[in-house]
Parts: sequence; C-alpha cells; structure tokens
Amino acid sequence: MATLVIAEHNNSQAQASTFNTIAAAKLLSGETTVLVAGHNCQSVAEQIAKADGVTKVLVADAEHYAHLLAEDVEKLVLTQADNFTHILAPASTFGKNFLPRVAALLDVQQISDITAVESDDTFQRPVYAGNAIATVKSNDSKKVITVRSTGFDAVAQEGGSAAIESIATAEQAGTANYVGEELTVSERPELTSARVIVSGGRGMGSGENFAMLEELADKLGAAVGASRAAVDAGFVPNDYQVGQTGKIVAPELYIAVGISGAIQHLAGMKDSKVIVAINKDEEAPIFQVADYGLVADLFKVIPELNEAL
Amino acid sequence: MKILVAIKRVIDANVKVRVKGDNTGVETANVKMSMNPFCEIAVEEAVRLKEQGVASEIVAVSIGNQQCQETLRTALALGADRAILVKTDDDVEPLGVAKVLKSIVEKEEPQMVLLGKQSIDGDNNQTGQMLGALLGWGQGTFASKVEVADGKTQVTREIDGGLQTVELSLPAIVTTDLRLNEPRFASLPNIMKAKRKPLDEMAIADLGVDVAPRIETLKVENPPARKEGVKVESVAELVNKLKNEAKVI
Ligand SMILES: Cc1cc2nc3c(=O)[nH]c(=O)nc-3n(C[C@H](O)[C@H](O)[C@H](O)COP(=O)(O)OP(=O)(O)OC[C@H]3O[C@@H](n4cnc5c(N)ncnc54)[C@H](O)[C@@H]3O)c2cc1C
Ligand SMILES: Nc1ncnc2c1ncn2[C@@H]1O[C@H](COP(=O)(O)O)[C@@H](O)[C@H]1O
Repeated sequence: MATLVIAEHNNSQAQASTFNTIAAAKLLSGETTVLVAGHNCQSVAEQIAKADGVTKVLVADAEHYAHLLAEDVEKLVLTQADNFTHILAPASTFGKNFLPRVAALLDVQQISDITAVESDDTFQRPVYAGNAIATVKSNDSKKVITVRSTGFDAVAQEGGSAAIESIATAEQAGTANYVGEELTVSERPELTSARVIVSGGRGMGSGENFAMLEELADKLGAAVGASRAAVDAGFVPNDYQVGQTGKIVAPELYIAVGISGAIQHLAGMKDSKVIVAINKDEEAPIFQVADYGLVADLFKVIPELNEAL
Repeated sequence: MKILVAIKRVIDANVKVRVKGDNTGVETANVKMSMNPFCEIAVEEAVRLKEQGVASEIVAVSIGNQQCQETLRTALALGADRAILVKTDDDVEPLGVAKVLKSIVEKEEPQMVLLGKQSIDGDNNQTGQMLGALLGWGQGTFASKVEVADGKTQVTREIDGGLQTVELSLPAIVTTDLRLNEPRFASLPNIMKAKRKPLDEMAIADLGVDVAPRIETLKVENPPARKEGVKVESVAELVNKLKNEAKVI
C-alpha cells in the first residue's frame, strides 16, 4: 500500500485543501507521498515536507506546469502511477479537472468527493446534492479518489521532515494552452477554509448592497459567499457560489442572508457547525437547517448587526 | 463542424430525493425524471453554435434505458438534428459512459463533444474529462464561455479562484457550467418536428465495450439530521446567543 497525493498550490504556497487531502491519506494504511507539479515551486515542496504524515515530496518543475493544465498533469501523474495503490487529489476545480483523466487511462473508476474513509477500499460520499450518503467499495486494483475538504480536518503543518526529491517531467501534451486568468483578489479569508462565512442571496437585491455583508464579514474576519441566484444576477463573481455545484463549505459559523435555502444551496453549507439565517419569509426552508433564525428585513437588521458588533 | 452532445436522464432537480427504507438506494418509482440541467446547457450551447454558423450538425447521445428516448426527443425539440440511444437497463459508471461515448465519437468523428460538468444524481463530475483522456483530446471543463475560430476553441472556465481561459485545438471536449447560457424552452411546433427527426437505437452490448461496474454500493443512508434550531426575536438576542451560547464570535 502506498498513497500519492497531488498537491494544490499557486507555485508559492500550498492551498489548505492539500492538507485536508493529506489528512484523508493518513487514514489509509500506506505511507503518503505528495507530488508538487509546478513552476518555480520549491517553496511549496518545502512547506509540504513539514506537514504531519508526509513521508516524501516529489517535485516536477517545468514551465508547462505553471498553470497545472489537466492534460499535462495527467501525463505527469501517469509516470508515477505504478508506484502507488491510491492516488488522491482535492475535490476542488483543480482536482476535478485532471484526476478523472488519470483514472480513465489507468482504467479505474474514480470515486469523487469522499467524506470518510472506512478502509483501504471503502469510502463514504454524498450523492443527490447531499440528500443521501453512499458507502461505496472499489473493486479496482488502484483507487483514484477526490477528497472533499470539509470531510477531513487538515493535518498540522509543522513537525514533519519529509525528503524532497526531484522527478523527471513529462512531455507537454500540446492539446491545450493557457491563455489567461481573472482571479478574484480579496483580503478576506478564502471561502473554503474560512472560520466564518457571511453569504448573501437574491434578497440582497444588488451588488452594491453586498457592501453591508462585506462590512459584517470584516467585523467577523469572515469570507463572503453567495447563492447561485446572487451570482447569476451578477451581484458577485462566480467563485462566491456555495452549493452542490459551487463550493462546499463547513465553517464554524455560516450566516445566510436573503437566501431561501434551496436543496442545492444547502448541499454546500449544511455541515457548518452553527448556521444563522436571516430572511423575511418565516416559511423559508433555510430555517429548517438554521440553529438561529431571525425573521426580519435584512436591510433593517444587517446595519443593526454591524452596529452591535 | 459536427458537435456531439452527451445527455443524461436524471431525477428532476426539484424532486426531494428520498432514501429507500432498505438502504439500497433512493426512491425512483413514480419520480419525475428530466434532462440533467447541465446537459440542457450543453444542448443550448450546441444550438447557439449552429445558429452562429459554426456548427453544421448536432448529434445527441444518451446511454440508459428506453425512457431516455423521451429525453433525447427533448434535445431534438431544442435543436439537435439526430439522436442516438445506447440502450441498457443497468447503471453505467462514468468510466463506462466515457468508453461508450468514445466508440460513438470514433464513428461520428465530431469536432467537439459537449457534456455537462456534472450529473446532479451521482455528482461525479468525471465523464467529460475521462472521455478527453481516452481520446487524447484537450478539454475545457466548467465552461462559462465558448468561442470557436480557426480550428481552435477558447474556453473560459469557472475555477475556484475566479475565471481561467484556455485555448484548445479541435477536436476538443467542453463541459458546461451554469453561467454558460440560459437554455430555451422547446416550442410546440419544434416538439412536433422533433418526432420526425432520426433517433437510432443500439444495444450497449453491440459496441463491444466493457462497462462492467467497478464500484459496489454497500449502503445508501440519510445524512445525519441537524438538531432543531430556535428563532430569535432581535439582533441583540442573536448576538448574545452567538457569543454566549454557541461561542462562535
Ligand atoms: C443544476 C442546478 C444547480 C444549482 N446549484 C446551486 C448552487 O451550487 N448553489 C446555490 O445556491 N444554488 C444552486 N442552484 C439554484 C437553487 O436551486 C436556487 O435557485 C438558489 O439557491 C436560490 O437562491 P436564493 O436563495 O438567493 O434566491 P431565492 O430562492 O429567490 O431566495 C431569496 C430569499 O431572500 C429573501 N428575501 C428577499 N428580500 C429580503 C429582505 N429584504 N430581507 C430578508 N430576506 C429577504 C426571500 O424571502 C427569499 O427567501 C442550482 C440549481 C440547479 C437546477
Ligand atoms: N448515461 C449517460 N448518457 C449520456 N451522457 C452522460 C451519461 N452519464 C453522464 N453523461 C454526460 O457526462 C456529464 C457529466 O456526468 P458525471 O460525470 O456523471 O457527473 C453529464 O452531464 C452528461 O453530459
């Protein structure tokens, strides 16, 4: 048994999801190796080498890994696959993009979005927007798995001293080229690793009105999220979307403002520790998952809340 | 160019899904079924590319039971030119679906395959990427914009940090995200017309691909229930509870 985790990072730092994925790997019986593919990404390798539970870090540094295109990551991971029984990546847009390609070429049925490890071949994963939890057993000789970050507490990022080893890069695939990125820049914590999230829905009425939530978020050191309706209406960028088909979050405190609580939204946040719902409709389904519900007009109570904090 | 669109029939997004009493799966008897919402977006995008003069023919493909015919007829009413039903009464896993689609692609030779980014039943988010790898093609997953010119496609992708644009040489795979377009409704005349469009059927066994399942579902359970919450009357009470009861602020 031996596990390979593919690190998610931005060439200077590992994303939090990498440490959640290593935590899932630790529950398997094999030792954990982490692969860092990137460009000028040595600092990422050094950071991960200190993480708890990591035996070895492999580094593949090349210009064509700068943006971690799926076609190129696929080819690289395949060069290492023979040495491992389990290949894991975070169930983020990074992991979801390339890992099924690896699985297909290994002739393995990938298991997506696991939230628990029962044994080396048996895992839990939510299906139907989290309306059901399936326990599944893989009969493939290798297991290829994406890990839902909210299912596993991140490993400690200190104390470890894994060996770092450079590996040969694979040839560039040539079928896809990176053109550009428009990334949301924010001083606030990242949505998927924030301790507190303040989310707005259609009830916010406009993008300008999100300023109220940003003020609240800044008071709480929170990230700002949104429902699909708020993103579709153009109030906030796409990467704010929480839900079945957006980001899955489980902060200590989730404050849903002007969000009705459709099943697809609940799928992304109902594992939060404490949920607060603010909605003027007392029948809104969001109140069924809320620990604290406030039936009120958000335009009245959010300024009051900002005042009180 | 020819576009192939892969369509899955799933439990309708508005149905409250219920776990079966014997924990073997979810209730499907007398439950409304529809085209997977991401597949609707894929059909719409293909139709728009045809309206722009980029696409010349749209072929819709579904792998599933006889009722998938209905879903394919919907795709035909929305603007697909022909449809192929690959029939099976068994659940086919994404790897199996990708293998079947590969064999269809080899026959049809499309320049683009459009798929949904995920099916809302299994939430796998795998099939498009697997098909891309099996064919050795590039992919633009989670697309919010697709442009085709000069034998290439530029795809803007919804990623966790924002948006990313990639350029792919054709043929290529595109999987759709929610913001790619807003699907139209089929008009009555188009629904009538769709009844006369060609819909070929074949048995999965005739394709000679191995679709035997690799995953056993041991049980399907309800998610853990949350404990019942309370209503608070004021902002002051809320702040007090968050500070002193939940101790989260
Ligand atoms: C395939 C598919 C995938 C989807 N994926 C997602 C997803 O990932 N994430 C997601 O969020 N949704 C998703 N959805 C959409 C989902 O079904 C809902 O449509 C969406 O979540 C609704 O957003 P909302 O709650 O902001 O809007 P609405 O349902 O319109 O609710 C607005 C709420 O605001 C309240 N309100 C209005 N004004 C005020 C006020 N002044 N004060 C207080 N309250 C007020 C109203 O009472 C109402 O409850 C998906 C849907 C489909 C079909
Ligand atoms: N049985 C099927 N028949 C046709 N297309 C499918 C089937 N299963 C999955 N797909 C396609 O693959 C996409 C992603 O599905 P999945 O990988 O299951 O999340 C869907 O939106 C469809 O476009």
